[in-house]
Amino acid sequence: MPQTTAQTFRTALIQEEDLSLLEEVSMKTAGVSHLEMCIQCGSCGGSCPPAEEMDHTPRMLFAMLRAGMRDAVLQSNTPWICVSCYHCVVRCPQNVHITDVMYTLKSMAIREKKYRDATAPEFSETFVDMVEKYGRSFEFGLATRHYLKHAPLRLVGMSTMGLGMLTKGRMSITPRKIKGMPQLKAILDKAKELELTS
Amino acid sequence: MSDYLFYPGCSMESSAKAYYDSLMEIAEPLGIHLKEIEDWNCCGATEYVGINLIPAYSLIARNLALAAKMKNGTQTLVAPCSACYLNLAKADYYMAERPALGEKVNQALEAGGLRYTPGSLDIRHILDVIINDIGLEALRAKVVKPLKGLRVAPYLGCMVPRPDYYHRWSDAEHPIELVEVLKTIGAEVIDFPRATTCCGGHMTQIGPETAYELIRRLISSAEKYKADIMVTVCPMCQMNIDAYQSETNRHFGTNYHMPIVFFTQLIGLALGFPPEKLGFGTEITSTKAALARIGVEIPEPVEEGAPRRKKEEGLPMPPRLLKNIKGKPRNAEEAEQ
Repeated sequence: MPQTTAQTFRTALIQEEDLSLLEEVSMKTAGVSHLEMCIQCGSCGGSCPPAEEMDHTPRMLFAMLRAGMRDAVLQSNTPWICVSCYHCVVRCPQNVHITDVMYTLKSMAIREKKYRDATAPEFSETFVDMVEKYGRSFEFGLATRHYLKHAPLRLVGMSTMGLGMLTKGRMSITPRKIKGMPQLKAILDKAKELELTS
Repeated sequence: MSDYLFYPGCSMESSAKAYYDSLMEIAEPLGIHLKEIEDWNCCGATEYVGINLIPAYSLIARNLALAAKMKNGTQTLVAPCSACYLNLAKADYYMAERPALGEKVNQALEAGGLRYTPGSLDIRHILDVIINDIGLEALRAKVVKPLKGLRVAPYLGCMVPRPDYYHRWSDAEHPIELVEVLKTIGAEVIDFPRATTCCGGHMTQIGPETAYELIRRLISSAEKYKADIMVTVCPMCQMNIDAYQSETNRHFGTNYHMPIVFFTQLIGLALGFPPEKLGFGTEITSTKAALARIGVEIPEPVEEGAPRRKKEEGLPMPPRLLKNIKGKPRNAEEAEQ
């Protein structure tokens, strides 16, 4: 476990309890997160298919939130490994909206530029760029831009599959654009303004 | 005929075309009338919500507002894609659960002349509509070619039965809906232990080794239970297991061959439609051997398939490249070159 040796953990825990980070994350999460209700049972980590790849299990990450370990939490790869399968959510006895908390932590890590590997954040940002430009997702543009930057060698191995997708009509090389782009843009501009002031 | 508002989602017009085509074929005989939301936009998948909150929910809510404006006798909004279904349901649910979020999303929508009152639509998945509105008996009555002898692994995936805000599904981890539908059309359904485990989602793009392991678990389990084919309700699951299977094989040095199709494609076969009308032949992992077991012949890959209509707003591409990819010229200008 990088970042969280037992020693740093203990040091953080004996300080006077400061729940401001926990509250901040909870407030920024869609819906009622129930994050403060976590009882550290570990059902989440035990249910998580890719937990072994995570720096911290969700349970430990939530303990770190409670301990106010902002940098360590936002540098953790855990939210970026989360596959949004919601196994932990339905098993959590305290009804913590774990997946949505992971989304909040990703957005905070992006805003504060704390993530350690840019692959996943830049994938999300490229996806969002396409949607903001066309109103629809655009797989061909997304895949080419993403792979050229982050995994050019993988393109070689995937060329057969990519060509298959193209010739079978499953991927278009031209994006589709919605008619209401000005309306969508007005909505998203206003939403971004509200996001900054909230 | 029952009317439903319909949100197809981006995959249905690209990677999951087979899902769209087969759904369109079976909708009429099953008495489902789908009214597509006019000018719908992407739901943001699992990406937009990881970047921000209010813009992400406003993006989803524009669709809800457009759908609510079209509701005329029905307030049921149907989505076939799991991620779209979850996002639409989630926005509706959280806008009500956190009125402060709902209010801000509506302020943003108003900048585009729209508004959405949470709770004014019933957001449902197409499988839920088929089993609960149409019903298994009505489905059985339409079956002309039961899929006797085809062993299928019912793979529902994550985002339909979980987190299930409206308590529509029989179980979060081992729901019976897909199993029942597949039994009704005559298939032999295995008791698939990984029916709702993850396919890797977007990790095929950003962390392929994580995804390969999740894909391997699924296909090896389906194979151990001697399934001929996996059946899904989700474009992402289909794409990961179908298109990334050879990469997964290369990664582990394995030699799995486990085809995966949409449940609407199998319903279509049972209802007597020819396979080419149901999008068969567009898989990367061939279904030929599996479907030969029930005497269905799959068309050869559609190399000569009709190219997509060129859109005026599309990206400019060199005509030579377009010609090479599509195999034949798409318009007079290209034909000359």
